[in-house]
Amino acid sequence: MDSHPRGMHDLGGEPAGEIDRAEHQNDFWEQRVDALMRALGTLDPPLVRTDELRRAIEGIGADAYDSMSYYERWIAAITEVLLEKGVISVNELSGKIAEIEKREAE
Amino acid sequence: MSARFAPGDRVRVREWFPPGHIRTPYYVRGKRGEIERICGRFNNPERLAYGRADDPKVLYRVRFAQTEVWGRAERPSDTIDIEIYEHWLEPDK
Amino acid sequence: MSDDHDHPHHPEHHLPSSYHEKLTAAVIELLAEKNVLPSEKVTAAIDIMDSRGPNLGAKVVARAWVDPEFKKRLSADGTKACAELGIDVGSLKLVVVENTPQAHNVIVCTLCSCYPKMLLGIPPAWYKSKAYRSRTAREPRKVLHEFGLHVNDGVAVRVHDSTADMRYLVLPMRPSGTEGWSEDKLAELVTRDSMIGVAQANEPIAI
Repeated sequence: MDSHPRGMHDLGGEPAGEIDRAEHQNDFWEQRVDALMRALGTLDPPLVRTDELRRAIEGIGADAYDSMSYYERWIAAITEVLLEKGVISVNELSGKIAEIEKREAE
Repeated sequence: MSARFAPGDRVRVREWFPPGHIRTPYYVRGKRGEIERICGRFNNPERLAYGRADDPKVLYRVRFAQTEVWGRAERPSDTIDIEIYEHWLEPDK
Repeated sequence: MSDDHDHPHHPEHHLPSSYHEKLTAAVIELLAEKNVLPSEKVTAAIDIMDSRGPNLGAKVVARAWVDPEFKKRLSADGTKACAELGIDVGSLKLVVVENTPQAHNVIVCTLCSCYPKMLLGIPPAWYKSKAYRSRTAREPRKVLHEFGLHVNDGVAVRVHDSTADMRYLVLPMRPSGTEGWSEDKLAELVTRDSMIGVAQANEPIAI
């Protein structure tokens, strides 16, 4: 039992099972998340810094951290930072997602 | 760049458990090691994580014996090197 | 790492998008509409990453094998030495750690999944896995054994936890029986896994 709080992302030395060594090809949308983060970092000043991404991932909650995939955590965290900074709003996001769903249904 | 420590210096990682975004792994806090090299000066991630790039710190690579970190090791020869910012280190006297 | 430069799972021809896929599209479109980030910048970043893969790291390793002076410069400043070979690694601060008959190096990031992407491409899934991140710090020999690599007792294992601003590349040992080989031929022996430190470079027989 740790006597001090420990982040769920801070894994060094924790017990864990065998490593799944299967190779996995990233989907196109996962490549887009990676590229989005990279592109945001090239803005001056960077709109989402690596440490802001990490901090938002660490704030995601232990259950979500475990259940989400790597790039799911990334896009959730990028969105969180953009919302915090007021670059996009909850309202705009929900509207855009609805628009995308409508487009896909056509 | 004025660095407090030099390669070869014995240091101890602060036994410190603050809230917030931290890049010093839990497992190495309070452990003793040796400065392996000075990496340069970088903005403090504890501020960067909240959007503030205004607090440069000297970054070191510190080498620890696996036995020191875990109290045991697969082999006594084995080590682990970790990057640690200056404000997390104190001289090991 | 695929050699296929086409995007394998383009949204036009697959199942309805997942929630996170739609969220990704929504964020990219909104940022473009607001003139915060043109979508071409995202596309350009995909192209850059497509051009990055272990072949770049292998070039660096092969040069270090044939040119001791380059190896010295590579150990002193990895980023600068890559630039000598025309490899632009951007803001990546590269530390190269050399395997010797006395020491074997292995890289992990226990806090997230830091990796020299500009030199090796996107990391393998296992590098990002909880199991690799948890165990490599504490029981590296056991982990290496699972990867099929046995490190002898007389050889020290040096784990490097990539926790902050530096990124790491392992310089594997040059296999014997490769005397007189060209750099290009040597580079073919250098695998991604050997540059993370969970394998040795391939033996010449493997080619």
